[in-house]
Amino acid sequence: MSATGPFEAVIGLECHVQLQTRSKLFSAASTRFGGAPNSQTDPYTLGLPGTLPVLNEQAVEFALRLGLSTGCRIRRVCRFARKHYFYPDLPKGYQISQLDEPLCEGGHIEFFVGTERRRVRLLRIHLEEDAGKSVHAPTGTSLVDLNRAGVPLVEIVSAPELSSGQEASEYLRAIRRLVRALRISDGNMEEGSLRCDANVSVRRRGETALGTRTELKNINSFRFVQRAIDHEVARQIDLLSRGGQVVQETRGWDAERGTSYPQRGKEEAHDYRYLPEPDLPPLHIDESWLARVRATLPETPMARYDRYVELGLPHADAQLLSSEPELGEYFDRTLSAAGGARAARLAAAWIGSELLGALHRDGRDLPSSPVGPEALAELLRLILDGTLSGKLAKEVFARCYSSGERPAALVAREGLSQISDALAIEAVCRRVIEAHPQQAAKYRAGASKLLGFFIGQVMRETGGRANPERVRQVLESLLGEKS
Amino acid sequence: MDLAFLSAVEISRQVRARQVSAVEVTRHFLDRAARLDARLGCFLLLDPEGALAQAAEVDAACARGEDLPLCGVPIGIKDILCTRGLTTTAGSRILAGFVPPYDATCVERLRRAGGVVLGKLNLDEFAMGSSGENSAFGPTRNPWDPSRVPGGSSSGSAAAVSAGLCALSLGTDTGGSIRQPAALCGVSGLKPTYGRVSRHGLIAFASSLDQAGPIARSAEDLAVCLGVIAGPDPLDSTCLPEPVPDYLSACAASPAGLRIGVPRQYFSEGLEPAVERCVRQALAVLCAAGAVAVDVSLPLTPHTVSTYYLIATAEASSNLARYDGVRYGLRAAGSASLTEMYERTRAAGFGAEVRRRILLGTYALRSGYYDAYYRRASQVRRLIRDELLSALARCDLILSPTTPGVAFRLGERTEDPLAMYLSDIYTTSASLAGLPAVSIPCGLAPPADDPDGPLLPVGLQLIGPPLGESVLLRAAAAFQRLTDWHVRRPPAAMEIP
Repeated sequence: MSATGPFEAVIGLECHVQLQTRSKLFSAASTRFGGAPNSQTDPYTLGLPGTLPVLNEQAVEFALRLGLSTGCRIRRVCRFARKHYFYPDLPKGYQISQLDEPLCEGGHIEFFVGTERRRVRLLRIHLEEDAGKSVHAPTGTSLVDLNRAGVPLVEIVSAPELSSGQEASEYLRAIRRLVRALRISDGNMEEGSLRCDANVSVRRRGETALGTRTELKNINSFRFVQRAIDHEVARQIDLLSRGGQVVQETRGWDAERGTSYPQRGKEEAHDYRYLPEPDLPPLHIDESWLARVRATLPETPMARYDRYVELGLPHADAQLLSSEPELGEYFDRTLSAAGGARAARLAAAWIGSELLGALHRDGRDLPSSPVGPEALAELLRLILDGTLSGKLAKEVFARCYSSGERPAALVAREGLSQISDALAIEAVCRRVIEAHPQQAAKYRAGASKLLGFFIGQVMRETGGRANPERVRQVLESLLGEKS
Repeated sequence: MDLAFLSAVEISRQVRARQVSAVEVTRHFLDRAARLDARLGCFLLLDPEGALAQAAEVDAACARGEDLPLCGVPIGIKDILCTRGLTTTAGSRILAGFVPPYDATCVERLRRAGGVVLGKLNLDEFAMGSSGENSAFGPTRNPWDPSRVPGGSSSGSAAAVSAGLCALSLGTDTGGSIRQPAALCGVSGLKPTYGRVSRHGLIAFASSLDQAGPIARSAEDLAVCLGVIAGPDPLDSTCLPEPVPDYLSACAASPAGLRIGVPRQYFSEGLEPAVERCVRQALAVLCAAGAVAVDVSLPLTPHTVSTYYLIATAEASSNLARYDGVRYGLRAAGSASLTEMYERTRAAGFGAEVRRRILLGTYALRSGYYDAYYRRASQVRRLIRDELLSALARCDLILSPTTPGVAFRLGERTEDPLAMYLSDIYTTSASLAGLPAVSIPCGLAPPADDPDGPLLPVGLQLIGPPLGESVLLRAAAAFQRLTDWHVRRPPAAMEIP
């Protein structure tokens, strides 16, 4: 870590994840993204007087999924609180959030930085409602769109345990993978369903006290997270190295210029005047609810990764296949149709290279793949039982991919099966040796490189259908017979 | 026959029996309001068209034989309860022109029960006040003496029922806003258990305290109205799930055997002697009918008003944050910046008392002060509740005066907000504890500073255990069978034909 010299960075992330419930956190208004401005609203969303919040149970359940799968302690009784500030896109003048008694506390997120496994503790996960959006026209007028106001969010607060922009970015990717696997959010940073603020400070190595921190806001793409944090760490180190001091402030990230700028100092910090939310009774999470959520909890990406490594997959394959739930499910279905664990490495390799390569080339996604898991499994079985060579299999795959035909049917129809029959292979080998006496003599005199020549001839004779390994064995033994 | 002072139960019976039509009843009350209200300032808005249309529907329903509990009963609604399509102001300029797209749940239930909404009733702005003088649209006057206040904040709701401008009204009570004006206007008012009546559509002042409830001229009318508006509502998560009992049948029960707690701290310094005499006579009436007086002690009484004002103002500062000029209501024109728009809108839109309470509440919630103020007040609130509950373990209900004195003159206390706050001494404890309480008329007394002055109504407060509305109504109805204070009308001067 020479980049930071005698300093080390201490980074904590606050991530906001929009939960993909159909209605808002406290009202029946739709959460659909992309509607006409202010079309996804109702009297509560507009903050009309006399309206009251009614908690969306689905949102609580989604937050519980996240809390349970990150090993959080779930509060059996938790409360909501009002967080006050004035802004036109905050219709009630306060946001309903959680303060002293969040739904989830503790827990951790696991992820890889390279091949090193890291675990970062979570301080808390709580539920809150999103604000609307303000659009500032160049004419000076501002417009407010409250479609997003009231959409359920979970805020995931990490302990200050990250040490670089890269780690922060990997952590964030892990959160994205997790919320997608749990089917509670699409984790889409571009559309704002995953957002991130970073608390950044630096200190001299060996010190235990935290340095003065700044809060970086609006770093809303994976690429920017790393760049913005690294930039801020470098800025702080530069300040300190020159004898300066870091000022506690909120800074915004200007992605276009690749730099951050001060937004608001400590003195201008909001006093949120938290108040226990009197319109909502305490939320009770009973054991049966928790048990129900636990029983239907989807597998986390990390659990999937571990399962795949146990099946014998290399790190990279296991990581790839656990990165998206569709990919893992495709793999699992392929595997069970192909006859289980013995096909694991082969299946992983085929999905990772041929299948994803073809889909990527055509700009298609996995669910619309012309080769489904059952078809791929059929192909793998043909490879495993020696019917198809690797080369033939690729050809079969390519043809099935474009026609949608099943591999077994294609192989049967066109007689593409590999020749594994020892006698048949031996007959061809003998013919080839007899046809090339000079080369055979040279081989026998010690030019063992010529074995490749003979294999090539046999493969040509058989139209590529001979099992190359068998051919090699047979040739070696035949060429070794006569001295 | 004079319809104006018939009970709601009687009007409903006559309309159901088709002795009189709902349209006739509605016309009668609309006429009275048009003639008499200019002097009283009860109504902020009369809705003749809507009311007559509704009355016609009620008559049609009666013709079909439908059995509606409030058949054709003319009702006034405190203008802090939202009414679909009818301007709702909360007595504030900041809501100028606000027309809610929904009825408050309690209003909707009244309509479904055959009630006819005549219009919207005046109030202290955002229900903040004890005199009716804080309305942005002018004060309401007491029908017993128009130079005096009707009490507040449900000033119009109490005065209109007292003057016979409606048979029944809805008020809201945060620290006494139903009971205190009911007492000063000589009518009956019930603040239900917190959560008994949905707050959906009630424009919030202090959410943990606000409750809507009926004001009427008898305990029976309160019972019928409460039976209609009470009960769970999916739109209010703080609503209690318990089923609604038959309150009207509770009214028929004898008071014999009732244990009536008399808190000695409520009969001490500050209570006008003439008021105390009326309240003690009322106790004697109930005891003569078989009830038993029990001495109880509520030592935390001196802390109730300060605790109440901390909690109520903190919640108010939060609830009133939404009036920012962005989406509805008033917006000050010509501001150069967002902050200026907020400041000018809120300065122009809120009256002095509302601004005072927003400032107090904002102060109490500041970072670093929360523990000393709001948290502390919440802890004292819990102790006050515990104290009342343990007193109620020894008796069936607690009896006290509703207010320390009778109606005071307009303007008399406007310069001394603290004195105004302190007059809430007997009503705030039930509010903090979330307990049901009723105020019924129990006598007439002259003002303390004018022994030869007009005789003015005195209110008797009864506080019950959680969901103990039935026991309150039982005692109140029994008292009203034994006395006639509730049928006394304001002086004839008010009843110009």
